[in-house]
Order: sequence, then C-alpha cells, then structure tokens
Amino acid sequence: MDKQNKKIDLAGNGFSTTGVQLMESMPVNQGACGELPSDPMAAYEKPGYKLMHYIEGFIETDVCLVPLIKTDLDRGDHIANGLVRCGISRYKYRVVPGLYAVGKPTRESEVLVTANFKLTIDHLRKAISGIDAWVLVLDTKGINVWCAAGKGTFSTATLVRQIKEAQLDRMVDHRRVIVPQLGATGVSATAVKKESGFKVVYGPVRATDIPAFFNNGFVADRQMRTVTFTLSERLILSPIELQTALKPALIAAVIIFFLSGIGPGVFSITNAWARGATAVLALAVGIFSGAVITPALLPFIPVKEFALKGIIAGFGTALLFIFIFPAAAISLKGGIALLLFATAMSSVMAMNYTGTTPFTSPSGVEKEMKRYIPIQLISLVLSTGIWIYAAF
Amino acid sequence: MDTFRYIENVSSLILNPEKCIGCGICTHVCPQNVMEMQDRKAAIADFDACMECGACVTNCPSGALEVSPGVG
Repeated sequence: MDKQNKKIDLAGNGFSTTGVQLMESMPVNQGACGELPSDPMAAYEKPGYKLMHYIEGFIETDVCLVPLIKTDLDRGDHIANGLVRCGISRYKYRVVPGLYAVGKPTRESEVLVTANFKLTIDHLRKAISGIDAWVLVLDTKGINVWCAAGKGTFSTATLVRQIKEAQLDRMVDHRRVIVPQLGATGVSATAVKKESGFKVVYGPVRATDIPAFFNNGFVADRQMRTVTFTLSERLILSPIELQTALKPALIAAVIIFFLSGIGPGVFSITNAWARGATAVLALAVGIFSGAVITPALLPFIPVKEFALKGIIAGFGTALLFIFIFPAAAISLKGGIALLLFATAMSSVMAMNYTGTTPFTSPSGVEKEMKRYIPIQLISLVLSTGIWIYAAF
Repeated sequence: MDTFRYIENVSSLILNPEKCIGCGICTHVCPQNVMEMQDRKAAIADFDACMECGACVTNCPSGALEVSPGVG
C-alpha cells in the first residue's frame, strides 16, 4: 500500500489536507469547487428518524448514546414559544422523554428531572448553560411540571419508571435526582427512594435559580422555594386567556348582531350593524378588562375574589371607554346596558383567570363561583333586555 | 407571595400533630410558606396562604397532613 504524507491541494484554491494518508484505492476529488463542508450531525442520522434542532451532539457512554442539548435558544425556538403562549399547537410542543445531557457530564454529575413540555425544556436549558449535568425528561404528555404534578403525570410512578428505563444506576455513581420544587405535589420523595434507590433532592422553583442552587451546596433558600407572580408573569398568561375566549366571543358576536337589529320595525339590518358593532365593542372591552387589565392590576384591586376584581376593573374600563368615546354609548338606556354587559363579561374572564394563578385554592374558587356566577348570569340577561328595549 | 392573598378560611388543610414525626419536609416542599417548625414539630403558620396543591400531603412520610387538592 502506498502511504504518502504530503500536502495535497485538492481544489486548487487554498484548501490543503496535510497529513492525509492516501491509499491507492481512494479516489481524489479534483472538482473545481472543492469539497462541500460535511454536516457533523449527519453522522447521527438514521433512516426514518429526524434529528431535533436543539441537539448538538451525542455523548457515548457504556450504556447508550445520550443526546446533548444546546443551551442557547435560536430564533425558531423563540417564535415557536411565542405561538405556544398564544395557544397555537400547544399540545404538540413536546420533547421525547428520556435521558439527555448538558455540557460534559460525568458519572459524578447531578441529574436534573423535568417535564417533556418544550417550553419547560427551553426554560431549563437556557438556565443551565455552563453547567455539566444529566437531564431526565419525564413523559408528562407535553404538560409543564406543576400542572403535571397536580394531574398525576409528574409523579412518583413516572419518575421511578424513567429512572429505570434510562438505567440511571448505570449512568451515575451517586444516587441523587434533583426534582423541581413544584414537582413535589406529585412526587413522594420517600416512595421514590424506596422504589428506585434514588434520593430526591428538591431544587428551586425557577430554573434560573439552578446555578445559585448548585453553588449553595444544593440547598434551596426561602426565596428559591417561593412562587412569585410578577407583572410579566401575570401578563404572559393573557394571550392564551384571550385565545380561549375567541370562539365563544365570535359566536356571541353573531348573536349580538341579530339581537341588536330588533326594534320598532321588527328587524332592521342597519340597526343590526350599527348597534351591533357598538355592543360587540362592549364585549371586547369586557373581555380585555377581565383577561388583561385585571391580571395587570391583580394585587392592587383591594378585594379577594377575582370575579369581584373583574367587576371593578370592568366597570372602570367601560366608563373610561365611554368617556373617551361618548358616541359609543348611543343613548342613555343603551349606555347602561353596555356598561352592565362589559362589567359582567369582565367578571367572567377575571374569574376564569383563577385557573392560571399560583395562589388561588380550589376551595376558594368554588366559593366565589357559587356567589358570582348567578350575579353574572342575571347581569347578562338584564343587560340584553335593556339593550333590546333601548332600540324602541 | 406576601402581596397575594386569596379568600380566607376556606382551605381544606388539616394537620394531625400526633402523627407528625418532625422531619420538616413539608416546610421544604410548600410553595407558599404555609408550614413552619415549632418545637420540633410541624405547625401551620399561614393557613390562608394554602392553595391546596397537596405537595405537603404527598411528601409527609407519616400521613400527618390532609388536604383535598384541586384538579391541578
């Protein structure tokens, strides 16, 4: 076999391959443009499988190949996250459950447990840039940690199952798994220890506190253990509240147009459009007040029940709206009807918001629903009646 | 969360001090700082802050806590 170690200028435009051993049977590519750079990830491709864009390589272990997750989010991630926040393709936004790696983990590196909702994964991987760790992803059907813990998919059973499936005892020498604090609702640390041999260490609530938690000797202080609900955390939930209201609101709008046309001449299309538009505007103001303004002002409205917060915010917003656009009221009777309508809608949307807050108890929500749903229904019926009456 | 208070006197949280073994895990897992340790046993420090998530109940090794958790 002819072994030649020499500089070969393959393309004739500066590419060199010093140290390449040319064997007789190896063809030399002398094309005019040179070799195309090969995709390093192409080596991991398998027929019928697609490589996920957030994987940057694989770690070879005695047990298996472990995918290495990128810790930077790209534009595609940000766009997809934004769409999911608006409710688009929310349930498809998942990651395959199993064992992943971040950085350069060894048999001594910690294991961070998480849910397979991609938004959760993105929060986590962004926060652990620079850390070497294993990431154990549980199958929570694309739901985030806290909700899944409540629903039973982020649980003792799923954690134990995933520990066994990933053969974690062969991957690491220690016997610890770090579980997000909010997984505690579904995970019994004592049961996990008994069934898997792994001790559960509860990590911080927020992924962003993980580096500090690591530096703190894996002790979560009070601030790391407490859930917050800042203005941006409150408002990020508004798009999906609005998206949920969209279809019912459109149906309501159609009904409103028909009801608005009722008048002295039995039915008038001109009235249906003109009055209907104003009434639909009142609907929009009410929904916006309950789904955006009430959450924004949540800690500042000095009552406890969300339905009542919605009434106060709705009344205020509607009044402000009429003040800025007096023509919207059309007539006194009409104005009263629309004010009542917007206030009631705001109350409904605000009451709905209890389902997405981290400090409301189901017992409390049940109590306020029992009191305020009848009030909301009566207000809606009354405002509809006054609105139709106002046309005569 | 100190600034966020919800409806009072509705929580279904119950603590049975006789069963408490003083491990303190309830104080670690509660996201609202409801529980605290007093004289080496758990005590409810802030009943109205309880959101009935059930983390304390799930993790109590001696079954000293009860709550009827919501749907999640």
